[in-house]
Amino acid sequence: MSVSRYALSVWWRNLALYRRTWKLNLLPNFFEPLLYLVSIGIGVGAYVNEMAGMSYVAFLAPGLVAVAAMNGASFEVTYNAFVRMNFEKTYAAMLTTPIQPDDVLAGEILWAMTRSFLYGGCFWIVIAAVGLAPLPASLLALPLIPLTGLLFAALGITFSLRIPSIDLFSFYFTLFLTPLFLFSDVFFPLQERLSGGWLWIAEVLPLLHPVRLMRHAFRGEWSPILVWDLAYVIGLSALLLVLAARATRRRLAA
Amino acid sequence: MLRRPMPSLVPDRLAEHDSDPIVACEGVAKRYGDRLAVDHIDLAVPAGLCFGLLGPNGAGKTTMLRMIYGATPPSAGIVRVFGLDVTQHTRRVRMRLGVTLQENALVEVLSAVENLRIFARYHRLPRVTSERRIEELLDFLELRSHATLPVRALSGGFQRRVAIAVSLIHRPELLILDEPTTGLDPAVRLALWERIRELRSAGTTVLLTTHYMDEAQRLCDRLAILSAGRVVADGSPAALIRQHLAAQALELTLPAGEDARVLAEIRDVRTLRMGRRLVLFADDATALLETLRERGRTGDPSAVVVRPANLEDVFLALTGTALEGDA
Ligand SMILES: Nc1ncnc2c1ncn2[C@@H]1O[C@H](COP(=O)(O)OP(=O)(O)OP(=O)(O)O)[C@@H](O)[C@H]1O
Ligand SMILES: [Mg+2]
Repeated sequence: MSVSRYALSVWWRNLALYRRTWKLNLLPNFFEPLLYLVSIGIGVGAYVNEMAGMSYVAFLAPGLVAVAAMNGASFEVTYNAFVRMNFEKTYAAMLTTPIQPDDVLAGEILWAMTRSFLYGGCFWIVIAAVGLAPLPASLLALPLIPLTGLLFAALGITFSLRIPSIDLFSFYFTLFLTPLFLFSDVFFPLQERLSGGWLWIAEVLPLLHPVRLMRHAFRGEWSPILVWDLAYVIGLSALLLVLAARATRRRLAA
Repeated sequence: MLRRPMPSLVPDRLAEHDSDPIVACEGVAKRYGDRLAVDHIDLAVPAGLCFGLLGPNGAGKTTMLRMIYGATPPSAGIVRVFGLDVTQHTRRVRMRLGVTLQENALVEVLSAVENLRIFARYHRLPRVTSERRIEELLDFLELRSHATLPVRALSGGFQRRVAIAVSLIHRPELLILDEPTTGLDPAVRLALWERIRELRSAGTTVLLTTHYMDEAQRLCDRLAILSAGRVVADGSPAALIRQHLAAQALELTLPAGEDARVLAEIRDVRTLRMGRRLVLFADDATALLETLRERGRTGDPSAVVVRPANLEDVFLALTGTALEGDA
């Protein structure tokens, strides 16, 4: 790969546009985890004495930070990137300037991480304000937000580069992200509901690892399994990005 | 303002040896699956001229341009711009050229000024430089009155001018325009031609594509006509007409089957069929008309037209008049 400083030009272009539209964009994505927190955490939580040794709403909070990070990155590299690539010809215009396909990819990933940090960060501030993010331990969750963003930016862009039609994103959201959201330790601890063999299989779920990292960060706890979680997030992101770089070059320079 | 001499008056050989070409393509081809979009083209764009690429839809003009600015590598051959191999020195080449795409690729919710800033970022221009350049371009392309409105609220003519402005933000030595005036009204077209001439006078080399023969004839110093991925003719507009047809055209209205009878015993006349019209090219069309009149072969006499041959005639003669061509 030959990423250069021109990747920042791509990032800056998205920022310039975002400054114009952030009110429209930020609100729905930001309210979504908040609604889950209130409805399930407080509503359903009233019927649950405790989960994994804490109040249900406290159990839910770190997972929802990871979900906010996932959503923040995902919209950017799916619908938005697809429109820029295929309809608005944004990338074609970039390729008339010194920007190269690798810069386009790097700039978009960086931007998706930025947005994931905005959403996850705002949500983190809200839960910290209501006392659900113990300080200073949960500060460790902050760098995990863009890391989660990186993983889902890499997953999303890999999908976007391969599909021929924008309609296929409904598959990505409904059949991939939604199940991840429901079955990745966010709402209930998987190890209490799954038996040995299934637990191993559940380890392939990408959202599981950021959620586990987040939850440990909130508690200020260390566990050897976090090495695996970090390795998974970084390793899978790196692998997908190498493939995405190849696909970007093929797609943009055809 | 000092203008270079009309290039059609400059002998071809002299112009060629003037200096190294800005763009030099050797045996350049581009293959998409089974299809050769560009079929081994040799092309040289001399410095400081306005060079036009003509050709019917799908002839390969846009593909040719994309290879020249390095957006896509050629399947065969080599493209040199500023003497550099574009495939190896893509970034260096693109720093020195500007491109207006066939379709405007602007951020539609942002204003002209904001779009210009974005392109200044793409080129990593220092802030002071870019703000000064933006001011100049707002004046140059007469955008100031609408400079802060969202681009999508502007008319097609304004949007096109913004698209051209962004490709000039870094003062390129080579300006590539893919159908710059398609869909624009006559006044905007005239204004744009004037701007393009000014840029050329200031030393910018211009490479453009167009479907308008009047544009090619009045704006371009040299032309290459593409058909099905090949260059079928090139030279100055006047030379193309001279070489491929003749100075004058004689238009007759005749049923399609009568060509052979009309042309019997008439030598060295090129013809072109356009539906019911038969066009004959001769250096002295009036004399030809007299000959045909004497023999009673002019068809409907009220529909006879004598006019100078033009580039459109050359274009149609070389690329065909049917909708279903070879392409
Ligand atoms: N990315 C691509 N993939 C496959 N085929 C392509 C691609 N780009 C161009 N082509 C094909 O190459 C041929 C030349 O296309 P090109 O766009 O260069 O023509 P053009 O001369 O610019 O036409 P127009 O006047 O309509 O703009 C066409 O047959 C087109 O379908
Ligand atoms: Mg074209």
